[in-house]
Amino acid sequence: MHPEGRRNDQGIRIDPEVEAEHPQERAVLSALVTHEPGVLAEVSGLFSRRQFNIESLTVGPTVDGDLARMTIVIEETRPGIDQAKKQLEKRIPVISVRELDDDAVQRELVIVKVNGDDPDKVNAITEMYDGQTLDAGPRTITIEITGDEQKIDDAVDAYRQFGIRELVRTGYAALARGEAPTAQVKQPNRAPTEAQIATEEVSDD
Amino acid sequence: MYVSERASLPKEEESDTEAADASVGTVETGAQSVVAALENAGVDFLFGVTGGAIMPVYDALYENEEMTHVTMAHEQGAAHAADAYGIVSGEPGVCMATSGPGATNLMTGIADANMDSDPIVALTGQVPTDFVGNDAFQETDTIGITQPITKYNMFSDDADTVGDDVATAWALANEGRQGPTLVDLPKDVTKNETEVQPGGPETPDTYSPPSEADEKIVQEAAMALARADRPVILAGGGVIKAEASEQLRQFAREYGVPVITTMPGTGAFPEDDPLSLEIAGMHGTGYANLAVSNCDYLLGVGTRFDDRLTGDIETFAPDAAVAHIDIDPAEISKNIHADYPLIGDAKRVIRQLDDAIPTAPECAAWRETCDSWKEEYPLDYEMPEDEPLKPQYVVEKYDDVTPADTIVAAGVGQHQMWAWQYWTWTAPRTWVTSHGLGTMGYAVPAAIGAKLAAPEQEVVAFDGDGSFLMTAQELTVAVRENLDLTIVVLNNEAVGMVRQWQDGFYEGRHMASEYPWIPEFDKLAEAFGAKGLRVVDSENVEETIQQAREYDGPAVIDAIIDPSENVYPMVPSGGDNARFALNEQHLEDH
Repeated sequence: MHPEGRRNDQGIRIDPEVEAEHPQERAVLSALVTHEPGVLAEVSGLFSRRQFNIESLTVGPTVDGDLARMTIVIEETRPGIDQAKKQLEKRIPVISVRELDDDAVQRELVIVKVNGDDPDKVNAITEMYDGQTLDAGPRTITIEITGDEQKIDDAVDAYRQFGIRELVRTGYAALARGEAPTAQVKQPNRAPTEAQIATEEVSDD
Repeated sequence: MYVSERASLPKEEESDTEAADASVGTVETGAQSVVAALENAGVDFLFGVTGGAIMPVYDALYENEEMTHVTMAHEQGAAHAADAYGIVSGEPGVCMATSGPGATNLMTGIADANMDSDPIVALTGQVPTDFVGNDAFQETDTIGITQPITKYNMFSDDADTVGDDVATAWALANEGRQGPTLVDLPKDVTKNETEVQPGGPETPDTYSPPSEADEKIVQEAAMALARADRPVILAGGGVIKAEASEQLRQFAREYGVPVITTMPGTGAFPEDDPLSLEIAGMHGTGYANLAVSNCDYLLGVGTRFDDRLTGDIETFAPDAAVAHIDIDPAEISKNIHADYPLIGDAKRVIRQLDDAIPTAPECAAWRETCDSWKEEYPLDYEMPEDEPLKPQYVVEKYDDVTPADTIVAAGVGQHQMWAWQYWTWTAPRTWVTSHGLGTMGYAVPAAIGAKLAAPEQEVVAFDGDGSFLMTAQELTVAVRENLDLTIVVLNNEAVGMVRQWQDGFYEGRHMASEYPWIPEFDKLAEAFGAKGLRVVDSENVEETIQQAREYDGPAVIDAIIDPSENVYPMVPSGGDNARFALNEQHLEDH
């Protein structure tokens, strides 16, 4: 009963678009959301129930106290990334979503607590990675480093020799580079964008 | 009696909700504000079950004369009745429940509405805000539980804004892609004083569903359709939701394109039209499934390409260029890759396509091929002289004697598939069932909601014995409200669809699918105060149906059907639509 056409012998559709094996990609999504209880749970729940592979998620308020910005790093195929964006955008408290370019400004912060037996060597590594010592005592030294994932991985590796007692990483926070907008309020005539508010604040000074 | 202006008539361009504003009295409490917001939205009926935490809202309804509260037997029934009300009227149905078990009992109905994009607003009581989080009596995290199964939900925390929350929930359930919304109402918030009048139903500023599709893609999609040799239109539930049935009919007829409907799209295109290939999917007609498998252009309108429709997606419409109209961008290329993504309102995008298409496709030969498939693979069953009674015959007979605008509700299982297959659908908003979630027990409460939404239309519910036993208690509501409707239980003393799968795929091992004893449903109906009837042979079917129809009130027909009857055609789960089984032997050959 199968007609000729874009099919193979088994009647399976031959369509490069559909057949293509999509490699996993890393994508950085920035979402502007209403700053209200439950939104973080809603977004994280959405990613888990639709089986999107999430690497990190950070959230915090913006210049506008009613809005918060989430930076979400996901590992997915291209169709998966597109679908994640659409599902995210569909939620009512999510005002806009933008996938950031590779050149976006991205930073992660790590706080590492190492054994303090050899403070000079610890300090040398902290200087090398442009870090900051937050707390130093006779037994432990706690350091903060910011940077991209690679730099933080390297720094953590370097600290291992002293014995890392504990560490915490924040996940990525990111903004688009230069003039390019990150996720913004879509209807500026109804609510000012973050950029507009920021400009106003500057001019007030 | 109830007078509903909305009852399944085509929607007017503008709703009459604004006019209601003036009639709403001054509010003094949060609960009164909730009631005022519902009135502002033009709500006629509320389906609910009372309880501790929701009592302030019920108290505010005590003197209300604008809205009728229908007390249901169980909260699941309230959600399904509201769901059916939403399907038939096109506007959100409202259901109410108290906190804790009241709210959790609503869940099945809310999840059902979410899968089918049915507009409902759920209002749930909650423990007072000071108690929230302390595991108080009848506390449950309703917002947390309903997050994945609602379009939007919100926890109201202020008597001044609680009415606006309800108004927003109503508007969000209604606009864009419809769906369920929920407002959780802590008891102190509804009890507290407020002087703030709620506004009319408005969606948030940031909510703007798409309306017209990208003109360039419309042009391309229209050109491709004009050049197609074997085009089909696949009309989904979105056609009905968008009130686009008339546009779709005109479009299909003008360009001579055969039309297939999905299960939720049933009624969008009349099955007595020569262009209709009826229904596609796992238990769709052979000709519809063959047309899908052989078409070279498929225009999907308001469908999410569910797996029960597509079967194996690799063998779904393998030769077709796919154009997909949907108001929800997240449905485009989710399951089936869209060559022409047309994001927008179905009614407007069909108009856009109509404007853009240069000529009708030359597809007379294709239409003949489709017609030949209709001849070759008709929907059919073996009809014995008298006994055993065939379920398909009962459905056909009922269809024969009732008006065209009769509303048919159904539960989930074999009876639902027979009703779907053997009823001849001609009008939108007449097929009221649980599609995506597959909720057994949907039929009885749905028939109640449907009847209240369209009191002038006849309502029949087909149910299975298993399905009926899940919500039969709602008969008490139909009797109390004196609703003139009929429930036909196609009784095969089994969870028939499961048994059919056990026969097909589990070597006939009937685990937990057969009932060694079930009640006599006619007597059960009488105990509830409804009319109970029983039929065991084909000869008496018509007479029994007429007795039920003539009875002024709810009637239940216990139709004892052939237990060995199964649903065909059938495409095994995840199979190729072109390889449907017409009988058991075919299924075994797979």
